[in-house]
Amino acid sequence: MIKVEGLTKRYARTVAVDNISFEVEKGQIVGFLGPNGAGKTTTMRVLTCFLPPTSGTATVAGFDVLENPMEVKKRIGYLPETPPLYPEMEVIEYLKFVGKLKGIASRDVPGRVDEVMKRCAVDDVRDKLIGKLSKGYRQRVGLAQAILHNPDVLILDEPTSGLDPKQIIETRELINSLAGDHTIILSTHILSEVEHSCERVIIISHGKLVAIDSVANLTNRLRGSEAVALELDAAGGRPNPTEVQQRLETVAGVSRVMMKDSKNGKLIFEIESLQGKQIRADLARTVVNSGWNLNELRSVGLSLEDIFLQLTAAEQKDTEPETQGVQA
Amino acid sequence: MRSVILICRKELNAYFTSPIAYMLMAFFALIFGFVLFNATRDFIRFSFQMQAQGGGAPMSINDQIITPLLGFASTITLFLVPMITMRLFAEEKRSGTIELLLTSPVTDLEIILGKWLGAMLLFLCILAMSMINVALLFAWGKPDLKPVLVAYLGLILQGGCLLAIGAFISTTTKNQIIAGGVTFFVCLMLWLLNWFTANDTGAVYQVINYLSIVTHFDNFSKGVVESKDVIFYLSMIFFALFSTSRAMESLRWRS
Repeated sequence: MIKVEGLTKRYARTVAVDNISFEVEKGQIVGFLGPNGAGKTTTMRVLTCFLPPTSGTATVAGFDVLENPMEVKKRIGYLPETPPLYPEMEVIEYLKFVGKLKGIASRDVPGRVDEVMKRCAVDDVRDKLIGKLSKGYRQRVGLAQAILHNPDVLILDEPTSGLDPKQIIETRELINSLAGDHTIILSTHILSEVEHSCERVIIISHGKLVAIDSVANLTNRLRGSEAVALELDAAGGRPNPTEVQQRLETVAGVSRVMMKDSKNGKLIFEIESLQGKQIRADLARTVVNSGWNLNELRSVGLSLEDIFLQLTAAEQKDTEPETQGVQA
Repeated sequence: MRSVILICRKELNAYFTSPIAYMLMAFFALIFGFVLFNATRDFIRFSFQMQAQGGGAPMSINDQIITPLLGFASTITLFLVPMITMRLFAEEKRSGTIELLLTSPVTDLEIILGKWLGAMLLFLCILAMSMINVALLFAWGKPDLKPVLVAYLGLILQGGCLLAIGAFISTTTKNQIIAGGVTFFVCLMLWLLNWFTANDTGAVYQVINYLSIVTHFDNFSKGVVESKDVIFYLSMIFFALFSTSRAMESLRWRS
């Protein structure tokens, strides 16, 4: 449905997007992940024909964004980072305007607007001025605007930013309910969002593609190592934290021991294993043999957050020698 | 065409749901009414004097009231235009709604024409305020209708021209104050250039004088439609709107 090849976007002095290629199939939800300033918004703006690429091509439903922008625009619904709303308009008036702007036949507009308002739960504020709406409602009106003309492709730039937790869950459910009929690309720097909604993840950092895979694969690939949380009873100041740490570090297969907390007579450690090692049994044995009281021992597993940090940090390490070379 | 009308209606709505349209109409009506009152009072006083003394040149409402009045209206236009056009694109750029317009299946040209037409219609509403006063003159006097219509045609053409220039300036910035300020400065310069160059005959002065938009109104205010003035205004409108579309294009490539 979406095909991007060798896409580069250069501004006057900076390269915002550097030679990115990816494909998205029909009906997929793809998460576009990266720290702020990674080039997510720029890539989305190229896909929506807002910005032309410096080099490379991007096609949506077989239409090139440079050669056939009208056809691309008809098939895309776009929610920018700040929803494009006119504060002086009423919600219903605004949606009718957008409907006509997107080329819906005049007689179909009211019905379509009604439908979308119900779906996005903005029905109860239909006659209110947009300028007087809360952030959550504005975001949903923005989303309503994007799905109004029933586009094949939905491009959502940080759809849950600035919402409260309840609204985030509602928006997420709404997005999930849109999957199937629509191909969705959503960008975010919040990883849990990707874990919840997306089938595939595209990670970019500093304008470069770092990884592109399914969420499950990505987690598996990087979960060769195990993380374990360990809690000891340390009432009365014994055992000594440094002693515990040292002894835990000697356990076979342990790569790192971090002390997390030592409050209320408890010691909490987080321990990471080397690739492919099972360490829980050995840890338990060490603790018991040392005569300490074991409160809890559980596997925490690396979250997508850790994976993301690993990936982007690894990418930075790769580039570091280069910059040093330049300085020398 | 559907999109042009759609965007034009949206612009008009924005003007009339905010105080700006009413403010400009009231502002114009007040000043125009005041000037008309003065002109009429002088006219009446003068005609009484003539009656008392007997004789003198025949008097005409057209030449002594309407012509100077509409000439004055053309000057006020210079002050109104920046307030109409400053928001056209600058506001959309600031609030991000430009992204909605540029990612919708409408062409740049349709957006520009829609916005310019919206500004034009508001300008016509403002001009219409002066018709109340002119209608009073027709009710109690017998002025000639044709020169009045010609002068209004001139006002509309000049207004369209300045609005197109204002629209262009509004595309170049996110800041409404800057858009308004620069447009105001340009309008003011056009007016001043006309003053500076009016009595000079050198080639450079003549060119500047020709380009100064205000000079082309003179013939209209005398009730004369010259094709070169009409062509000048139409080509200026075309040129300014063309520049606007170029500016929008460059917006995509640069930002």
